[in-house]
Amino acid sequence: MTRYALFLGCTIPARQPHYEVSARKSLAKLGIDLVDLEGMTCCAPPPLQSIDLETSLSMAAYNISLAEEADLDIVTLCTGCFESLAIANNLLRENAKLKERVNKILSNAGKEFRGNKEVRHYLQVLMKDVGIDHLKKNVTRKLGNLKVATFYGCHSLRPSALLKFDDPERPKLFDNLVEALGAKSIWYRNKLKCCGGLLRGYADDIALAIARDKIAMATKAGADCLSTLCPFCFLTLDLGQFLMKSTYHEEYNLPILHYTELLSLSLGIDPKELALDFHKIRVDKVLSKIS
Amino acid sequence: MAHGKTAKSSGKTFLEEVRHMLGGETLASCYQCGTCASSCPVARVSERFNPREVIRQSLLGEKEEILFGDALWLCCSCYNCQERCPQKVEIADVFYALRNLAIREGKMPNIYSEFSAGLMSEGKIVPMSKFLEKKRADYGLPPLKPANMDTLRKILSATGFDKLKKKEEPQ
Repeated sequence: MTRYALFLGCTIPARQPHYEVSARKSLAKLGIDLVDLEGMTCCAPPPLQSIDLETSLSMAAYNISLAEEADLDIVTLCTGCFESLAIANNLLRENAKLKERVNKILSNAGKEFRGNKEVRHYLQVLMKDVGIDHLKKNVTRKLGNLKVATFYGCHSLRPSALLKFDDPERPKLFDNLVEALGAKSIWYRNKLKCCGGLLRGYADDIALAIARDKIAMATKAGADCLSTLCPFCFLTLDLGQFLMKSTYHEEYNLPILHYTELLSLSLGIDPKELALDFHKIRVDKVLSKIS
Repeated sequence: MAHGKTAKSSGKTFLEEVRHMLGGETLASCYQCGTCASSCPVARVSERFNPREVIRQSLLGEKEEILFGDALWLCCSCYNCQERCPQKVEIADVFYALRNLAIREGKMPNIYSEFSAGLMSEGKIVPMSKFLEKKRADYGLPPLKPANMDTLRKILSATGFDKLKKKEEPQ
């Protein structure tokens, strides 16, 4: 068993039980033990960075300090959380002056950031701790005919110098993990472009126009589904298709699945256990193709 | 940090002010090549936003136009521009620095006030649904662990975050 402190974040428990269920079940099946720590707050993602960067860095450092106290590395499911925490972890390790400044703030709460633990996205954990070969051996339901449009989102890849996740212009990690399940990862135009999600709530029309481009391009490329790593991308692209119907009179019906859901299905977990009702766009087409 | 003096009161130019902010350090390296604008997913679909233009205005010290304008809030933080900038301007971070300044001046779009309120009441920016909290057991999920609000409040007070809010419009 490899143990990690799970950083769950805000959006997944509040909106997407299907993500959390599939992540916990599949990672447990692959020998990853997730520990829920006491007291973690919001990671301080871009919306809070926009309000005050110093506060955001301090909050990220505080959350990391909880994992340091528990002597555990952190794994995140949400790409936004990964970005906030990994940036803080790497930036503060590299910049002693900034670390001192943040620690001065944390001292008011009796906390200290040391920088001796890792922050990992769960795809990195699958690669590093499980490994492609072991993963392949555990696949009992091959996703043989399924054409998957992978969507990395922005904050797994960029800023690459601090996140160190994959090549920001030609990433392979996610595609390799999809193909390990026996599915086909397909190329589509603007694959690495943003979903627009962070503009929701300020400029909904622009956010939707950006999301529409993603859905349209993946559909055009013949995708059976689009796979996400982030609850925000999921929301923007899944619920977004309802809005595309009312705004543009375009109906795509492209199922959006988190990678953990594809993973769970391929590990033989019963779809009935995966809370799939939380998808706005039905995933039946995907299920019928792989059963 | 959250109570930094404005350019007017400290006698600094706007460019200097931004460069002294967290995230704003690299602003002056921009030579206006436009790689940012051609990499920007927002500029592709909307005429309301062009990152190069906001950076240009910052370099020229057009403080009011930037801090009280609409464009500042239209960066989607995708970091495409920052990744590709030949001058290594940390453009997305410069946008955070500019937004931080705007908020200190009392300009806070409503959605950000909501995020801030959520953070200060439960330590989360997306409020937890009571319905889903109850349903967790049905899905085999463990009970949620609440945020440590006592600790968080101390952090928010130390940085001055708890004092940041939208300035009321004059009657």
